[in-house]
Amino acid sequence: MKYLNEYRDPELIHRYLKKLHQLVSRQWTIMEICGGQTHSLVKNGLLELLPEEIIMIHGPGCPVCVTPMGTIDKAIQLAHKENVTICSFGDMLRVPGSRGSLLEAKAKGADIRVYYSPLEAVDLARANPQKEVVFLAVGFETTTPANALSVLQAHQLGLSNYSVLTSQVRLPPAMEAILNDDRTSIQGFLGAGHVSVISGVEEYLPIATKYQVPIVMTGFEPVDILQGIFMVVEQLENGRYEVGNQYSRAVKSAGNREALRIVNKILEISDQDWRGIGMIPSSGYRLKQEYHQYDAEKKFALTVGSTESDKQCLAGEILRGIIKPMECPFFGTLCTPDKPMGAPMVSSEGACAAYYQFAKESHHES
Amino acid sequence: MNLECPLPQIDFDIITIGHGSGGLLTHKLLKAGVFNLFDNEILRQHHDGATLDLNGKTVFTTDSFVVSPLFFPGGNIGDLAINGTVNDLAMCGGIPNYISVAFILEEGLEMATFWKVLVSMKKAAENAGVRIVTGDTKVVERGKGDQIFINTTGIGSLHPKASIGLHRIKSGDKILLSAEMAHHGTTIMSLREGFQFEAEIKSDTCSLHEPVARLLDQFGSGIRLFRDPTRGGVATTLAEIAGDTQLGIDVYQEQLPQNDLINSACELLGLDPWYVANEGLFLSIVDSSMADQLLLNLKSHPLSRNAAVIGEVTDNHRGKVILHNAIGGKRVLGMLPGEQLPRIC
Repeated sequence: MKYLNEYRDPELIHRYLKKLHQLVSRQWTIMEICGGQTHSLVKNGLLELLPEEIIMIHGPGCPVCVTPMGTIDKAIQLAHKENVTICSFGDMLRVPGSRGSLLEAKAKGADIRVYYSPLEAVDLARANPQKEVVFLAVGFETTTPANALSVLQAHQLGLSNYSVLTSQVRLPPAMEAILNDDRTSIQGFLGAGHVSVISGVEEYLPIATKYQVPIVMTGFEPVDILQGIFMVVEQLENGRYEVGNQYSRAVKSAGNREALRIVNKILEISDQDWRGIGMIPSSGYRLKQEYHQYDAEKKFALTVGSTESDKQCLAGEILRGIIKPMECPFFGTLCTPDKPMGAPMVSSEGACAAYYQFAKESHHES
Repeated sequence: MNLECPLPQIDFDIITIGHGSGGLLTHKLLKAGVFNLFDNEILRQHHDGATLDLNGKTVFTTDSFVVSPLFFPGGNIGDLAINGTVNDLAMCGGIPNYISVAFILEEGLEMATFWKVLVSMKKAAENAGVRIVTGDTKVVERGKGDQIFINTTGIGSLHPKASIGLHRIKSGDKILLSAEMAHHGTTIMSLREGFQFEAEIKSDTCSLHEPVARLLDQFGSGIRLFRDPTRGGVATTLAEIAGDTQLGIDVYQEQLPQNDLINSACELLGLDPWYVANEGLFLSIVDSSMADQLLLNLKSHPLSRNAAVIGEVTDNHRGKVILHNAIGGKRVLGMLPGEQLPRIC
């Protein structure tokens, strides 16, 4: 705990806040990419302590939020099949598909299990050869290696009853899509710390240069976040736009080579649909041809799930930083964590859930 | 413990459907085992129910227990079921007297396991000064239950000095927490996930009647409310109180009793201690003029030696709980959305 407490040290936090107040000379708009950072900002009350010139915009880095509705529909369709077990990260269960959630499917008798790691699903498949085990492989670069490794393991074990239903997304193309959107005006980024533990910082260099935006890979504790913001503002104030690394205790410039090797062995880059945002070229992964037998969509010839986006939910605007959760007319009224209209209200990394749970001016205000 | 209460000869080493039939096997199970173990003059009458001698205002509560796994560091489903009901009585200002115990057992449950649970119930009841006076046993087919489910109902007499109720809470009242939070939920979750820590994490399950009665003895109506924040954690309980009274609550992170081990475990498991279940602590909302003395009283009992004043009731931000952190930031503590952990108690 000592290690963590240092990154929550009130004295250090106040020193960074003071330095920020001294440094900032005009308004800057900064997006924190990752939902974990959004939660830390809101949970620790940092937004109120920042200089008012610094506008934080909450980014799309919530894996559950951007998983297309169609993927959830397919998972539910599969879960209702005889002899199929769906394994998923816990957060996915409450996300609404076009007709209900996985949690509702579970209540109706579907075999759906929550795991921390896809490798547990491989173990389940190995122990139950008569069952078809499908892992719902969603997430950013952070979860990609473990998902890919599960396929590799299943392959090495010769398992024919394991497959993955994928919605793997990649951040850099999404950042470009946000920068290309006329409705946003992001001037700097707090990069997603855990994503860059895997992918490194190098692929962000062209984005920083092309769009002239500083990008600083940042951790999740209050001191991390303030230091990250400081490093971005310092560049902005001096007209620089480089890729920085605040989270150097975890992020290496080249990323995790072994993880990337496994990813590149099993997966290839593909276009990917993002819930609320739409199709972004080259922003996802699919299984390579030689591993198609582990692709649940192909294996079970799934009919296409809903391609509609959520009817009234403004998640897309929220994920791109165009509006803040509380500016949504449904926030806290028609849309709550118990009855979510969209994914950002469900996930532990969703911006709407963060505001609903922690923010001062939230739902109880009458 | 097992030496004092050896497993009786019940002919079977597992529970069968017949043990819930009400017939010979049920009779054998009760007579050879349960009645002897829980023995008292009311139970000895072997009647369909218990005839009780109650004077004055009476407190009455019921609770069911479905925890998985059955055994965990610090306790098991048996003492949890006794302590939980004793604590519900105590929170109402009741002095726990009588408890009923109803079991739903799954066919195939090992008799030794059942016996272990029974023995710890006996011990917990003795410790809380309550008598188990009536009960029931049903058996469901294998796969239709999960080993043991327990319902306990408790009856107690209201402490003569108790005047407890949400309507008595006023702006300015102080809020005290009797111990560090999150032990029980963190223990169960670590066990399920197979995490091991350098030091043992233990459930805090215990009967709180004693520290509660001592407070009532000394401070009487100065105490507005007791609550034991079980499922949903301290945050959910406080949010309920704020919502029901339409008063505001301020709590201060820095004043909380802290346990580094639990905090670390919660970090690892991704749990927010404010929302994790407890089974051995309680909140008191009290007249502010008595808070200091009350804290001293709490600290002089081993179950609440780490107690602290953690916040106060206010006219501001009505209906909401605001947590103030060490850096001057604030956040709303709302109710736990959904279920954090199923089958925690």
